[in-house]
Amino acid sequence: MSEPIVVAEGLHKRFGDTHALRGLDLAVPAGTVCGVLGPNGAGKTTAVRILATLADPDAGHARIGGHDVVRDADRVRAMIGLAGQYAAVDEKLTGRGNLRMFGRLYHLSRRDARRRADELLDRFGLAEAADRQVAGYSGGMRRRLDLIASLILRPRVLFLDEPTTGLDPRSRGEIWDAVRELVAEGTTVLLTTQYLDEADRLADDVAVVDHGRVIATGTPDRLKAAIGDRVDVVLEDASLTVRAADVLARMAGAEAAADPAAGRISVPVAGGAVRLADVVRELDRAGMAPADVSLRRPTLDEVFLRLTDREKETV
Amino acid sequence: MAAPTLAPPAPASPWGRLRWTLADGVTLIGRELSRLRQEPGELVVALIFPGIMVLLFGYVFGSSIGVPGGGNYREYLMPGLFAMVTFSSVMAVTMRVATDASRGVMDRFRSMPMARSAVPFGHTGADVLSGAVNLVIMAIMGLLVGWQPHRGLWPAVQAFLLIFLFRYAMSWLGCYVGLAVKNEQTADQMLPLVFPVTMLSNAFVPTGGMPAWLRVLSDWNPVSALTTALRQLFGNPGAAVTHPSWPNEHPVAMTVLWSVTLLAVFVPLSIRAYRRKGR
Ligand SMILES: Nc1ncnc2c1ncn2[C@@H]1O[C@H](COP(=O)(O)OP(=O)(O)OP(=O)(O)O)[C@@H](O)[C@H]1O
Ligand SMILES: [Mg+2]
Repeated sequence: MSEPIVVAEGLHKRFGDTHALRGLDLAVPAGTVCGVLGPNGAGKTTAVRILATLADPDAGHARIGGHDVVRDADRVRAMIGLAGQYAAVDEKLTGRGNLRMFGRLYHLSRRDARRRADELLDRFGLAEAADRQVAGYSGGMRRRLDLIASLILRPRVLFLDEPTTGLDPRSRGEIWDAVRELVAEGTTVLLTTQYLDEADRLADDVAVVDHGRVIATGTPDRLKAAIGDRVDVVLEDASLTVRAADVLARMAGAEAAADPAAGRISVPVAGGAVRLADVVRELDRAGMAPADVSLRRPTLDEVFLRLTDREKETV
Repeated sequence: MAAPTLAPPAPASPWGRLRWTLADGVTLIGRELSRLRQEPGELVVALIFPGIMVLLFGYVFGSSIGVPGGGNYREYLMPGLFAMVTFSSVMAVTMRVATDASRGVMDRFRSMPMARSAVPFGHTGADVLSGAVNLVIMAIMGLLVGWQPHRGLWPAVQAFLLIFLFRYAMSWLGCYVGLAVKNEQTADQMLPLVFPVTMLSNAFVPTGGMPAWLRVLSDWNPVSALTTALRQLFGNPGAAVTHPSWPNEHPVAMTVLWSVTLLAVFVPLSIRAYRRKGR
């Protein structure tokens, strides 16, 4: 198999006393979406900036399409697009003015730059606001403009640093659709996000980053499977929650999370060791009739919290 | 997306690279012009400001300051105003560059396959263009209040060329400071530093009465050098040497020297700072 289109090997980056990256490794196969998750300050933005040639690593290497991001920066720049965590457009210009300027700076002809700007503005629903100054745009409109500025030359690799932070559900959906469309056309996307459902929906692979290192990778499904399914129970009588939680914990051999106010209990059940029928029978026998019992996959949020919590304990 | 747009291949020859650099620079100059179109208010202020200066200094100070060797104060003043406005232009560049750097637009530029030196060249080039507009307005205001070049066309052209040279040098200094400060707020706080430098010169008042040490500072101040050079080239009053010192006697050479030195230091520094910004 050919080399993944984005490769990072042992990236280190320090800012004074802050060790932002401590040996970060990453590999993104061409044509896929990689979701980079991590708590605030984990090093996501730093990693993206290095991959997008905006910063040099102190140690380690990164290649995009086989080109080193430090030595072959110009080659890399010709094949990437970047929409950063903060909208990087000129507030004093109009939306159209921004796109035309960036088009010219990509060395498109004047005509092509105009045509491309119009096309993108139409496609992303900014045509109406196109001739207004960006300073008067809403946050969501700015993010959209920033995103389409990075699509002027259809990039082979697109870096999106928290592309939907602060957007309303409709705008988020639009950006997701745009990303899916780009991927269908062959673009590789690396996106960081705080919204795990975003990673769940978009990403083929997820890399969880904490303290400047990748602590887990895999498809969302594999990561969820790795921490095991859970049994959720809702009791009819919420006052019995604590006692019921004991029963469940004993059955599963694991700690149960209980919400006494709602009568809710959730317990991890590794590898199908506990069957739903057994849970119902045991609770019945103890005189605590459940209103609802269900077996479910953990959410990516739970995976994330588990992984990053464990990290906290070991560091 | 209907039409896939592909990147034109990067030119391999040095010539092609130079063409890209120039094209990028021109695009960025065009950007400054579109910004002005978007904010006509800014343009009006930029146009009115020199006019206000001429009236304020010309008539408020003019009524009480005696010109050494005699002559009309407003004729004495105009070269000083040209020099002051040229020197102060450093603030505008610093602000624009610092704003670009802190708002992330510069990051976008740096992630694009652009010539590395295009951004500083674009900023400084745009500044000189807006300087030209400023100069025209000021010259017209000057003519209206009784100033004029007395020595003919060629010296006057030389005078304007000297202004451009110095302005270009100052804009590179401004570009570097804008890249070096962390954000626009810091840049904003540095602005008042410009004022004393312009006042510690012979732009508005004769320096003959200053304490000796202050006069030395004023003599070597590029604002003084440019002012004296302009007075000579325009044939305005106050050009005669009141106290001998090298910069006083060779104001044109002194201005050129200052400009070349600033350029030699800050062109490479700015380009380096631009490449390294955020690394
Ligand atoms: N330019 C800088 N100067 C100093 N420290 C920095 C700089 N950039 C990042 N850091 C530090 O490096 C660490 C990683 O920051 P980074 O921005 O990469 O995190 P992040 O994962 O993107 O966080 P967030 O989710 O908040 O965006 C943080 O501790 C941050 O304070
Ligand atoms: Mg970040």
